[in-house]
Amino acid sequence: MSELRVEAKEKELDRVLEFVNNMVKDIQCSQRAMIQLDVAVEELFVNIAHYAYGENGGDALIVAEMQKESAILSVTFIDSGMPYNPLQKEDPDITLSVEERQIGGLGIYMVKKTMDEIFYQYKNGQNHLTIKKKMSA
Amino acid sequence: MNITKTREEGKLTVKLEGRLDTSTAPELERELGEALDNVTDLTLDFAELAYISSAGLRVLLTTQKRMNKQGNMVIQNANDDVKEVFEVTGFIDILTVE
Repeated sequence: MSELRVEAKEKELDRVLEFVNNMVKDIQCSQRAMIQLDVAVEELFVNIAHYAYGENGGDALIVAEMQKESAILSVTFIDSGMPYNPLQKEDPDITLSVEERQIGGLGIYMVKKTMDEIFYQYKNGQNHLTIKKKMSA
Repeated sequence: MNITKTREEGKLTVKLEGRLDTSTAPELERELGEALDNVTDLTLDFAELAYISSAGLRVLLTTQKRMNKQGNMVIQNANDDVKEVFEVTGFIDILTVE
């Protein structure tokens, strides 16, 4: 298990992506799984950077664990911002026409559709959002 | 991300190279903002685009809305992973993807 603590700011996204991508470097990942993982990590981390904290900002803790035999990667995002469960947000209506379409909710929707498992808990005054994905083809 | 623009009267081709994500999407938005004046045919060449996230989709949506009033927009050469993002989000029905 590995951990990375960063300021919850957009400029730290590259560090977060590097950290997560590093977790899978020893296994044969499918290109598709890598891209989907990067998109999910970006969406979840950027949401924390934009919404979790007010003006004073705060930290995000990213905890990652790789199960080598099953090739399942687990990544948990932990923040001490306002309690918020992104999974409760209604899915966007993806059948709407271009004029009616909104962007809100698309990020978490993409995460839900591409990750194998996703769950949320609020404990010890912190939001915990975990994603799991099998990274091999 | 590299953005290359080629303009021929009302036709504009924009080639993207790299990643369209939360840090590069604002740049594309800025470049398109001015470049789209009097454009009737916009082609986005995604041959060298490796990755797109929802920040990128936001720019595509606002651009599509604008081009719907001015003319046409077409996306070419998107790779399978980018096309999958379009399918999962329903953007495949909003955009014209060749």
